[in-house]
Amino acid sequence: MPGLRFDLRDTPPEAPALRAELRAFLAEAGRDWSPRVRAYSWMGFDREFSRAVGERGWIGMTWPKEYGGHERTALERYVVLEEMLAVGAPVAAHWIGDRQSGPLLLRLGTEEQRREFLPRICKGELAFAIGLSEPDSGSDLASLRTKAERVDGGWRVNGRKVWTTNAHSCDFMIALLRTSPSPDPKQRHQGLSQFLVDLRSSGLSIRPILDLAGEEGFNEITFDDVFVPDAMLVGKEGEGWKQATAELAFERAGPERYLSSLPLLTAALDDLRDEPAAPEAVGRLLARAGTLRQMSLAVAGMLQDGRTPEREAALVKDAGNDYEQALPERLRDLMDPVRTPPAVQEMLADVTMVARSYSLRGGTREILRGIIARQLGLR
Amino acid sequence: MAEDESLRGILIEQVDRLLTDAGGPDVLRAAERGEWPEALWAEAEALGLPLALAPEAVGGAGLGWEDAVAVWHALGRHGAPLPLAHGMAAAALLGASGIEPPAGFVALALPREPVAWGRRAAHVAAAGDAGQMALHDGAGVEWRRGANPLSREPDDRAAFNAPLRTGRLPNADAARNAGALLHAALIAGALEAALDMAVEYANTRKQFGRPIGAFQAVQQQLAVCASEAAAAAVACAAAGRAADRRGLEDAGFEIGSAKVVAGEAAGIGAAVVHQVFAAIGFTDDHPLHLFTRRMWAWRNAAGAERVWARRIGEAALARGGDALWPNLTARSEEAAP
Repeated sequence: MPGLRFDLRDTPPEAPALRAELRAFLAEAGRDWSPRVRAYSWMGFDREFSRAVGERGWIGMTWPKEYGGHERTALERYVVLEEMLAVGAPVAAHWIGDRQSGPLLLRLGTEEQRREFLPRICKGELAFAIGLSEPDSGSDLASLRTKAERVDGGWRVNGRKVWTTNAHSCDFMIALLRTSPSPDPKQRHQGLSQFLVDLRSSGLSIRPILDLAGEEGFNEITFDDVFVPDAMLVGKEGEGWKQATAELAFERAGPERYLSSLPLLTAALDDLRDEPAAPEAVGRLLARAGTLRQMSLAVAGMLQDGRTPEREAALVKDAGNDYEQALPERLRDLMDPVRTPPAVQEMLADVTMVARSYSLRGGTREILRGIIARQLGLR
Repeated sequence: MAEDESLRGILIEQVDRLLTDAGGPDVLRAAERGEWPEALWAEAEALGLPLALAPEAVGGAGLGWEDAVAVWHALGRHGAPLPLAHGMAAAALLGASGIEPPAGFVALALPREPVAWGRRAAHVAAAGDAGQMALHDGAGVEWRRGANPLSREPDDRAAFNAPLRTGRLPNADAARNAGALLHAALIAGALEAALDMAVEYANTRKQFGRPIGAFQAVQQQLAVCASEAAAAAVACAAAGRAADRRGLEDAGFEIGSAKVVAGEAAGIGAAVVHQVFAAIGFTDDHPLHLFTRRMWAWRNAAGAERVWARRIGEAALARGGDALWPNLTARSEEAAP
């Protein structure tokens, strides 16, 4: 296939010892996680847990020590991630900073920004949100209109962001804003810039939006003359589109794009022993899980090598989303609604509801398939 | 095992050049009429391919399973006009059971499965249910000739007489695993070829004043096909690697997974490419079906998806939920070099 490569990668030699450490830690930390917490997995926000993870040195693992990091490899970080996700740990309070915002600041941030933010992310003390979507800009992100105008010493921001996961609980947001108007519809990708926005700024209001399961997962954020100091511009003015799309390889590549519903399989398995259709269905699910894991590791390996496998990441996310959405449906077919233990039923119900978000967040199925098609040479 | 990636690369290039020069739709069609690809087989022998997987001690090249997967994938890309994958696997299994593999075409006979090109076999490597391997003289086997209903390729039933040699494999799973791995890898290659054909067609065929590949409805389907082709290829490579590290006989999970994923991919992918090609792809004239019919045949060979999924699922259910994730991760780490 033109240009799409998935070379097998091994997990690092440190992996078995690291896993043992993580499993012991997670068994203890997760003793009281409810089925709902596990079902929400990496959307779950728990500052206390994130601080404990930071204490163990599992945030900012690949970053330089001078910024609070641990100078370990991307594949060691991958092991930590997959262990957390496999048990549905609520990682959201540190995870966006670890995955996206921190690496962005490392790459493009000023020295002051790195010194101010990175060590606190590593300690699990600073939670980040991603401000991309707007009421009229979803998949067509370049149409966004929330604008930042130059004022003395900084920028004045007006507009709205929406579907911002956990913004009501976070400290900062990396927002993509329009810094110069786009007269020509063909040039919409220009004139966008990324900013660090303090979510406690004056003029900024956050309204939680209940999701279909009744959780306050995401938010609408209104900017009413919010002042953002010059020092909070990330990278170059006007380069925001390029910067933000480069982030997508990080956002889309991880194991979170196929593992979101795996805790349900773990929880349900033992009650399926008497179901005649279970072996085949479980076998198909495991065959796909093992394969997606190898694909995801291949992408992680490319990231470790300093490449930006955006297209491979799009493919793995799309395939992974299909998988994690199919999983609860397949299990439902096997589960007896009367005899299945209530905790497993509860988790199935939660995953069934939450699963709809998998193929929406971080790039819809349709957008991802468009990226794959372009890579194939279709125009 | 090939010491480095470049040796594997050279091997694949050789196979690819051979099949580009001497293969093609006419050879595939001839095979369906029962015409043995004499010239191709002679070239493959000259390159030492049939014995490549056998241990060096018994005259082979000691190639690894991940290398074999790469070769079979390349073979599948050309529709596998000769039973080279079967011959390679047969030689490997003979070698693994202490029998020196003979030169010439050695057919692979798995329990209860028809034998691809049995009628043309100089020798037959026949696997039993419990790890037995037997080498038979092809001339001494009574063949009931048949053809695969999907691929139309020769698929013969054997009545064996006394074997020339007998031996034992490390366990009962080795032969079955080899059969599954080779068919999965052939599917992965054929699906990639079919996808390439469909993409090229979508970029040239015009309707409503533009190439059909410009329509999102078509793009989205081909993206799914690409995803499936990638998954099948990765599953096969991972299975080959597992067989290299733990032995063919202990790589049942990865090989079974490859057969499940490739089999599912065959169904999903073939549906997409036929939809893209529409009526022209439904004709005998067009070469698309030379690939899709083979994929449909191969997904049934050496255990369909259902068979392998059940084995994987039964083992997972027996281990229990708490062991599910640890087992998945330990597989690649315990035996890593």
